[in-house]
Amino acid sequence: MKKYSIDFLSSLYTTMYKIRNFEEQGIKLYRQGHIRGYFHPYWGEEAIATGVCSAMNPDDYITSTHRGHGHCLAWGADLNRMFAELLGKKAGYCKGLGGSMHIADYSKGNLGANGIVGSGTPIAVGAALGASIRGEKKVVATFVSDGGSNIGSFLEGLNLAAAWKLPVIFVIENNQYAVSTPIEDSTGETQLYKRGIGFGVESVRIDGNDVLQVYETAKAFVDRCRKGEGPFLIEAVTFRKSGHHVNDPGLYLPKEKVEYYEKHDPLKIGAEYLRNAGLSDEQLAELQDKVMKEIKVAVDFAVKGEEMSKEEFLNFVEGY
Amino acid sequence: MNESNTAVATREIMYREALNEALKEEMRRNPNVFVMGEGIAERGGSYKVTVDLLEEFGHKRVIDTPISENGFTGTGVGAALTGMRPVVEILFIDFSLLVLDQIINQAAKFKFMSGGTARVPMVLRTQGGVGNGLAAQHSQSLEMLFYHIPGLRVVMPSDAYDAKGLLKSAIRCDDPVIFLEHKLLYMNKTDVPEEEYTIPLGQAKVKKEGKDLTIIAWSGMVPKALEAAHILASQGIDAEVVDPRTLVPLDKETILNSVRKTEHVLIVQEAVRRGGVASDISSIIQEQAFDYLDAPVKILGGLNIPCPFNLNLEELIIPQVDDIVKAAKEVVYKG
Ligand SMILES: Cc1ncc(C[n+]2csc(CCOP(=O)(O)OP(=O)(O)O)c2C)c(N)n1
Ligand SMILES: [Mg+2]
Repeated sequence: MKKYSIDFLSSLYTTMYKIRNFEEQGIKLYRQGHIRGYFHPYWGEEAIATGVCSAMNPDDYITSTHRGHGHCLAWGADLNRMFAELLGKKAGYCKGLGGSMHIADYSKGNLGANGIVGSGTPIAVGAALGASIRGEKKVVATFVSDGGSNIGSFLEGLNLAAAWKLPVIFVIENNQYAVSTPIEDSTGETQLYKRGIGFGVESVRIDGNDVLQVYETAKAFVDRCRKGEGPFLIEAVTFRKSGHHVNDPGLYLPKEKVEYYEKHDPLKIGAEYLRNAGLSDEQLAELQDKVMKEIKVAVDFAVKGEEMSKEEFLNFVEGY
Repeated sequence: MNESNTAVATREIMYREALNEALKEEMRRNPNVFVMGEGIAERGGSYKVTVDLLEEFGHKRVIDTPISENGFTGTGVGAALTGMRPVVEILFIDFSLLVLDQIINQAAKFKFMSGGTARVPMVLRTQGGVGNGLAAQHSQSLEMLFYHIPGLRVVMPSDAYDAKGLLKSAIRCDDPVIFLEHKLLYMNKTDVPEEEYTIPLGQAKVKKEGKDLTIIAWSGMVPKALEAAHILASQGIDAEVVDPRTLVPLDKETILNSVRKTEHVLIVQEAVRRGGVASDISSIIQEQAFDYLDAPVKILGGLNIPCPFNLNLEELIIPQVDDIVKAAKEVVYKG
């Protein structure tokens, strides 16, 4: 593996740590009744969004999923506006109209989380198509999980990108479950990278909990996409740190797997890289501290924030 | 047993339990009935409608599907066409938009296109409606899409009693039935007979009798209309609440009889106001009972907008009890 600077490794770790604690605080806020509706935590999968997004340029595009907080944060989303959206506040990314499952930032190329499994894929392909028509060298990363890799939208989108040789990176976050359905029950081919191969797309299967492995794979594909060699597919194997949703205790998850991934945790792996690069425990604690302070400020901001008033709302929907 | 009011032993059960009983009874009755959908076997479904079915009927008849809605709904159509009676569950009516080809171009058409030789005895169960901050892609009321398509039956039960009797009839129906539940009704309890019963498709029910105005409502709007009727009663207005229960076929006679009696009509619909079933019912009333009307038919519908995530705004977009009371008063005072 290449040698990376402490700064670079710190930035990867910081993003992962931010996502982990964003989810932890979010779950707390949910339990306290500040958040309603669906809340699918991304924890356990932090290395994937972090590794992929840090291999891309700020003017590229991503599409996300129903489990989208991590993608947004890795793409550089502002903590205040993220929490505000979860709480349905006016300062949120969608003014409180979207909520957890619909966070997006179109001004920055984040084409959004999606409540419909798989529906982000063709949208990502369309973003790549537009960029290629305009002659821009943008790359699009589209996230989906194992369950979503069985739906027509995903498979059709994959084929379209392959047929039209578009600069899209399909990232399958194979966390091995779709709600409570294990991957073995939902497909005859559980090595999901083979879906890409079937369509003539260069595809690999990697450890999705190892942030450097994700980063290096994504970086190579992103660079090649820019040269017109896309699309590519990455199957990043990972595991949810809890049930499907805040209210799902995930009792069906096999104990051995839970224990294995407890040890094979993306943050632990990320911290190990930092230590090996020479970062001291105190420096690591400092870095974590800084993130926690930002989160505290953001939670405070969101809790105190205003909601859109009835009048503002009716104004907003004028003309529908 | 039919629906007459002879004294029968009953117990209070939840809407979701009533649906569960209907599925069990029909699966026992006919080995060709089977269920499929996402997370319906071990997990018993997101709204617990299919709990315990796996234990009794096994994996061959209680099938967990991958997230491939169009595909598995199509397999339901194929199985139905060849002698089975599938009950296909789509988690949210919003996702039924992914299966419209199989439902609208295929299932709804085969009987007609084959000159009557093909039948598709399939039930598509799903749930819709606003509630609990599920936002724009999980809160729609889309009955109008199915109502519009010839060849489909559309059922929308509002309580446990209706849910059970209607689901049993839907499963026995030889044509495709779209069975629409409401996410806020699953825990509601009503009296349900111990004994087996069915409710024929196409029979409305007067849920409360009254003489001053007719409130027509279905699905999640029925409990609200009944609450409104209660408030109206305390203010000297005697409202009748009619629940069509099935939108296709629509029991026009029960609706028109009520209209002829009360001469005032309010139709309450959770779906967005524009182009809804309420507009169609209103047109039927005006064509067939115009001379009886003492005031224009009033429609109270959802706002013509997607559902916001924020709970306070969510509440704003669909009719609430107070809105129904207010609208009912407008209708009677106009007369
Ligand atoms: C088309 C569609 N079908 C079903 C659902 C309900 N649903 C939401 S998330 C989910 C499971 C998704 O599994 P997977 O794609 O593996 O993503 P993960 O939750 O593992 O990230 C399901 C079935 C949906 N939102 N959209
Ligand atoms: Mg998954």
